[in-house]
Amino acid sequence: MKKLSKSTKNSLINYGMVIALYVVIMIIQLCGGLSNSMKGFLVPVCIYVIMAVSLNLVVGILGELSLGHAGFMCIGAYSGAIFSKLTEDTITVAPIRFTIAIIIGAVFAALFGALIGIPVLRLKGDYLAIVTLAFGEIIKNLVNVINFGVDSNGLHFSLKSAMDMGLAEDGKIIIKGAQGISGTPQDSNFTVGIILVLITLFVVQNLVNSRDGRAIMAIRDNRIAAESVGINITKYKLMVFTISAALAGAAGVLYSHNFSTLTSAGDKFNYNASIMILVYVVLGGIGNIRGSVIAAVILYILPEKLRFLSDYRMLVYAVVLIVVMLFNWSPKAKEFKEMVSYKIKGMFAKKEETQA
Amino acid sequence: MNMLEVTNLSISFGGLKAVNEFNLTIKKGQLYGLIGPNGAGKTTVFNLLTGVYKADTGTIVLDGQDLVKLSTIEINKAGIARTFQNIRLFKELTVIDNVKVGLHNGTPYSTFDGIFRLPKYFKAEKEITEKAMELLKVMGLEAEANFTAANLPYGKQRKLEIARALATSPKLLLLDEPAAGMNPNETAELMNTIRFVRDNFDMTILLIEHDMKLVSGICEEVTVLNFGTELTHGITADVLNDERVIKAYLGD
Ligand SMILES: Nc1ncnc2c1ncn2[C@@H]1O[C@H](COP(=O)(O)OP(=O)(O)OP(=O)(O)O)[C@@H](O)[C@H]1O
Ligand SMILES: [Mg+2]
Repeated sequence: MKKLSKSTKNSLINYGMVIALYVVIMIIQLCGGLSNSMKGFLVPVCIYVIMAVSLNLVVGILGELSLGHAGFMCIGAYSGAIFSKLTEDTITVAPIRFTIAIIIGAVFAALFGALIGIPVLRLKGDYLAIVTLAFGEIIKNLVNVINFGVDSNGLHFSLKSAMDMGLAEDGKIIIKGAQGISGTPQDSNFTVGIILVLITLFVVQNLVNSRDGRAIMAIRDNRIAAESVGINITKYKLMVFTISAALAGAAGVLYSHNFSTLTSAGDKFNYNASIMILVYVVLGGIGNIRGSVIAAVILYILPEKLRFLSDYRMLVYAVVLIVVMLFNWSPKAKEFKEMVSYKIKGMFAKKEETQA
Repeated sequence: MNMLEVTNLSISFGGLKAVNEFNLTIKKGQLYGLIGPNGAGKTTVFNLLTGVYKADTGTIVLDGQDLVKLSTIEINKAGIARTFQNIRLFKELTVIDNVKVGLHNGTPYSTFDGIFRLPKYFKAEKEITEKAMELLKVMGLEAEANFTAANLPYGKQRKLEIARALATSPKLLLLDEPAAGMNPNETAELMNTIRFVRDNFDMTILLIEHDMKLVSGICEEVTVLNFGTELTHGITADVLNDERVIKAYLGD
């Protein structure tokens, strides 16, 4: 058998893990063993896995701190939903319409990723974090006041109210200020979510394990040395921001088509959301793609499952986060994990020997 | 035929003239030394040659090409590669990946080929893996190819920097104190390696070094820098016996 490289093996394990999870959930669902609350988690879990993996590309692989990741999700959510609303009557085949919506959400988010990328890439560390944080907040507050509609004369905008747009009789309001978009076709489901997770893993893992990925990590490890061997820093930073934003945009489309109403109110697109995703990345292990997947799944479901604790819920959640953090990052825990993996490998090696 | 011609190169930091009207001519295939006491401006010369600092005045011509207006990246593409006095490896990458990063601009496939794993990707990756292994062999690092770079001992880290620089296929290689921190055995071995690189890669090499045994052992000519200005230059043996040079090193 051809020997697979370590990185290829790791990628395959990740795809396998996601597919296995999908199969198990589908079987449980067929047997009727899935509670309604669990069913409600399926699509959001996929969304946050995509968010965590795509943010890890910026934070772990490129080594830059971004606190506005939910802003890209917001752009994807709105642009995808607008498209679906506009074409609801013309493109009646839902899967085709939804596919295009996802692409549109990804492209718009990518455009914004590039747009804020260009001025922001000269900044480093804390400054970059602050600007991306501001970006996320601006986007969220902007979509909160936009009114957008369409009639036979074309498209209409207003930042004041839906009335101000002066829509004709045959007009249709698409975004109604703070009330957002309602009546979006609910095209999202677990299967689409899993497909998008797999696509995200495919793009991120293959990028990381290519000449571009090496260049990106080289920039992270030593910018001056990377330049000295002829690596174009600006190009790669921009590439990472754009790809990461595009994936977050696709997750946003998944989000906006999961419920019939979309508003930017609450916590889903603001800095709280961005920081929560960052928590998934940090606890899963910075630069560790599999860790991001696992952390996003567990840490998304956990607080929901802890609801029975009522007031103590966030307290327990915080304690869990601290414990995971210690387990991942303390030197003693690292030693322990290494020892365990060494022993497991040893067991397999022996088996192979006896087989040979 | 000259590989490098530097004329009137100057830069000051605030009031300090770190390099002052510096001239240097290196012939193709030469092994040239740049020496001088601590703080003389040697590393600053390297930073000027590679575009890390922009010169206040002066010209730099590499193999007939004017480099003054070029960026660090363009200068590398034009044919200058370097190592760093304070080692700058890609610490979390493996040893072989460090060299592959050096081969970046010689890796002929696009981002699209990479993400979609098109045949070009596999072909090019195979080729550069072989090239990288060859370079590691030259530097005696093939056994450590899959180590994380940060875990290499100090002397080997310096050698890896040379391998990475060579991977960019330069015309001129700049080595900043390649023997720093090495024991006499390692230094002797390094001298052989540097000669081997010059002979087998048709390389022109400019090196900064405090170890006079290494300098007198392999450099054909040297320039001595003191307080940012040239003290003298010429055949190594003559220069090292020059009284002014000895005085500069020992202090007044
Ligand atoms: N970026 C900078 N800003 C201010 N001063 C600098 C800068 N870079 C170098 N210098 C100063 O320029 C002078 C020359 O420094 P340089 O590093 O070139 O010396 P060197 O000859 O390489 O010394 P060593 O043998 O110790 O490496 C020193 O006085 C140093 O402090
Ligand atoms: Mg120096």
